[in-house]
Amino acid sequence: MIDIRNVSLSHGGTRVLDDISLTVPKGGVTALVGPNGAGKSSLLSLIARLQPLQDGQITVDGLPVGKTPSRQLAKTLAVLRQDPAIGSRLRVGELVALGRFPHHRGRPGPEDRRIVAETLDEFDLATLADKFVETLSGGQRQRVLVAMTFCQGTDYVLLDEPLNNLDMYHARQLMRYVRRVADEKTRTIVIIVHEINYAAAYADHIVAMKSGRLEAHGPTAEVLGPAMLKQVFGYEMSVLKGQSPLVAHY
Amino acid sequence: MAKRASIVLIGLCALVLGSGVAFMTLGLRGNLAFVLELRGIRLCALIVVGVAIGVSTVLFQTVTRNRILTPSIMGLDALFVLGQTTLVFVLGGLGFSSLDPRLTFAGEIGLLMVLALALFLPMLRAQMDMGMLLLVGVVLGVLFRSLTSLIARLIDPNDFAVAQQASFASFNDLEPNLLALSAVLTMLGAIVAWRMRHELDVISLGADAAIGLGIAWRSAVTGILILVAALVAVSTALVGPVAFLGLIAVALGERMIDTRRHGVLLPTVALVAVAILVCGQILFQHMLGSASALGVVVEFVGGIVFLALLLAGVRR
Repeated sequence: MIDIRNVSLSHGGTRVLDDISLTVPKGGVTALVGPNGAGKSSLLSLIARLQPLQDGQITVDGLPVGKTPSRQLAKTLAVLRQDPAIGSRLRVGELVALGRFPHHRGRPGPEDRRIVAETLDEFDLATLADKFVETLSGGQRQRVLVAMTFCQGTDYVLLDEPLNNLDMYHARQLMRYVRRVADEKTRTIVIIVHEINYAAAYADHIVAMKSGRLEAHGPTAEVLGPAMLKQVFGYEMSVLKGQSPLVAHY
Repeated sequence: MAKRASIVLIGLCALVLGSGVAFMTLGLRGNLAFVLELRGIRLCALIVVGVAIGVSTVLFQTVTRNRILTPSIMGLDALFVLGQTTLVFVLGGLGFSSLDPRLTFAGEIGLLMVLALALFLPMLRAQMDMGMLLLVGVVLGVLFRSLTSLIARLIDPNDFAVAQQASFASFNDLEPNLLALSAVLTMLGAIVAWRMRHELDVISLGADAAIGLGIAWRSAVTGILILVAALVAVSTALVGPVAFLGLIAVALGERMIDTRRHGVLLPTVALVAVAILVCGQILFQHMLGSASALGVVVEFVGGIVFLALLLAGVRR
């Protein structure tokens, strides 16, 4: 369970997050949706202690963020930021293997190697393992980074727009993988998506944000409707109900 | 890949050993004991300086995530020289010379650590991009050098001679007093860096990724900056500023092993730096008749490498 209590955040006088209180239930996929500048990424980076909390409290699986040692939290929570620039001259295999760092601190055992190999296979990366990351295309790089994040093997995974640069095939593969991991290993995955229909098809819960405020949250079927979409995105769109999953035309 | 790295490392060890032996034995004449002792001290100093510059450059590049920055490009050694000149100014030439050099050295190292932290920690926290960092570094370097020359004008000529003696790049007149202390410091620094090699691999991914993987970013970066400051102080105190040596050593070393993993990179770069210094010094003493200073040629070649790197677009 991720518990967010009265969290606010300001950058240079502008309020980025305004008194957010939210509970993300344990297990399942939670989609964070909202227009640009809604504060989704800021909320995610606060949960992942990438920037210091200004106001309020966040606990992940009972561990208070900001008070728990970074090293301990890294075994519970993995995060992928939007477009992280990986500057280091590393090969795909090496980079994905770094995802296991919190567990072995630099001395990988057989278990770590097995997980890395499995993850590389899972994300269609086995053939790229010896390539340098900087030589890959945007979509391939994105897959490498997502693979590294899942390699960390944590119960909680935060993904900031992981579908960036992915083609339809790999976007679908990734969402199916997220779904499967959530179902089989009862992991909690919070994912920022812009494509509402991906949220509709794969998420158990929706959290909608706008201008630093929480607009709506709850189970997908209850929350996702024309009224909420209009309120958050600012225009009418029709939602085909009765279908599984829901489909929004926009 | 591991095989390639071990071949490179063995080759470099052989090169360093060979050049060390050549340095000690070429053109021996006169009082053997005296010459060997002199050369031995000089060789030790070259090794200490090479390791200090190599390791500090790798650490600095990892923290700033940048392959063309070095501590000296960022003005860190100019800062050291400024500290030294200021000390001469405050204490007077006689006062400075009569102090135990180890005491002033310790004071200078401490000062450099504090100043380096005060300057670079906020810049790293703000996660400045490369262009900005480079610009700030160049401006700071010019500032420190100008301040140094301002103070140099203010003090009287005798004191100035003391200050210049202390701050001019030279591998010929070494402070033997400082050598033992420097060697110990450098060894400690190298050991700390080596123990951190896995963390350094993660830190080179950048702040966000490193925090996500459980690195305590702030304390790690603070520690690394202190280490860099200590190593820069050691090499600058021994032989004065050598701006580009670190850059060449890292660029060459990385080409040779084709990886940025610190477990391999750190020893490779240290060995490359030592090899460049020792081979260069041999060339000077025996072929160019000590006509110039080693530092001058290292800077000349280094400047060209630096430009080539910029033009080749190796930005990170």
